[in-house]
Amino acid sequence: MNYIQLANSLPMYLLVGAILLFIASICVVFMRKSYKAGLALGMDSKVLKGAITSSAAFTVLPSVSILLGVIALSGSLGVPAAWLRLSVVGNLQYEATVANIAAENMGTQLDSSVLTMNNLVTILMVMTAGIVWGCLLSIFTLKGYSSKLRLTAKKSGSKGGFAGFAMTGMMIGLCSTFVGSYIATAFVKANTTPLITLLVAGAAMALFDTLAKRTKAAWLENFSLSLSMLLGMAAAVLVNL
Amino acid sequence: MNEEFDFEAYQASIHRAGRTMLSIGVFLLLAAPFMMAAITGSTIEWSAFFRAIVSVLIVYVPSCVVEYLIYVPLLGAGASYLTFMTGNITNLKLPCAFNSRELAKTEIGTPENEIVSTLSVATSSLVTMLVIFAGVLLLIPLTPVLQNPVIKPAFDNVLPALFGALGFQYFRKSIKVTVFPLSFMVLLCLLIPSMISKTSFLLIACGGIALALSFIFWKKGWIKEK
Repeated sequence: MNYIQLANSLPMYLLVGAILLFIASICVVFMRKSYKAGLALGMDSKVLKGAITSSAAFTVLPSVSILLGVIALSGSLGVPAAWLRLSVVGNLQYEATVANIAAENMGTQLDSSVLTMNNLVTILMVMTAGIVWGCLLSIFTLKGYSSKLRLTAKKSGSKGGFAGFAMTGMMIGLCSTFVGSYIATAFVKANTTPLITLLVAGAAMALFDTLAKRTKAAWLENFSLSLSMLLGMAAAVLVNL
Repeated sequence: MNEEFDFEAYQASIHRAGRTMLSIGVFLLLAAPFMMAAITGSTIEWSAFFRAIVSVLIVYVPSCVVEYLIYVPLLGAGASYLTFMTGNITNLKLPCAFNSRELAKTEIGTPENEIVSTLSVATSSLVTMLVIFAGVLLLIPLTPVLQNPVIKPAFDNVLPALFGALGFQYFRKSIKVTVFPLSFMVLLCLLIPSMISKTSFLLIACGGIALALSFIFWKKGWIKEK
């Protein structure tokens, strides 16, 4: 078997499938625990189900984008390795950059015609060892860190003080970073597609937000972000026709 | 809030499950290259590994630590364990959890917020895994559709679409806080165009500016909860 046949062989799929099944089971355990705790806490089951529905709707489109990353990486690393790396930890930007650094250090490149299985397992080792630090910090320090933050000490219904503003501030910083880069891209690279996409998605969000408030349609609130993104992405297709 | 509910006991069980399951998960992830090497009869090239990992660690460990310190207070314990295990933090998990919090109207630091964030990140992680799994099963028939040049711009612009919608939601909460980090980012990228692709690093600067401004404005009573 040549490199790409080995990288895409059945035992590789089974190994990755088994690991991901375990990671998925962690999510199921946490979901069950938090849902039951929410009910025990006296939260309305509609609120809990709403959190699940809105998160699922929110996630579909970005997940398709991650899937495109799997397709992009699978050409050089094979499907199972790309599937594993983009389903856990990291993100496409990290995985692609680090795979490239690892390949360069072996004097090769991310091209299935020149890679070997030795290269692939080494690249995977670098990709994994470089990104597990958030997990390790969580395992060893999260309990102490979160109790220090007094996350548990706050009584429900009490004012969040600066915490609520801090979260809004952090999100404004996050959005400013990306929005700012798309505005600059329109001028520096003469590429207006990201900015048009952004503006259409923002305008759609404003429209859905107004509609949801006027009609008091809770379902629209849950789907407004995904629908706005979809309209923004449709605009990207239209401007490139 | 139901007074009989023991939130401390819930938190303790989340930490117990999180530590145990994440330890096994990390072990499996680190073991994967060794198992693949055993399956295919190949070996890890350790000299190349050490050369590469040094440059990777220099760049990514500081950002991992900063992300950890910033995101744990925002997400809460349960969501943090899941987020650091399943990745895609800034482009998916964080906005997803914040969106759920907005819809559920929960206050940060409260048990309700902790529960909604955990539910949100768990659902998001499972949906991502399912979409990728379905995609992997359909990879051969799906590839030409997803890579079709007509619809390719849609998937190349998922992040602008996400931040357009989220930007509307958050910028309007405080235009005062928004003006400076947004202007800073636009000017920086116009003056030094290579910064356009350095969003993961600039996020720390913009986040820091927005946080500092929020704190100053909050202290002075210039911003109010909307």
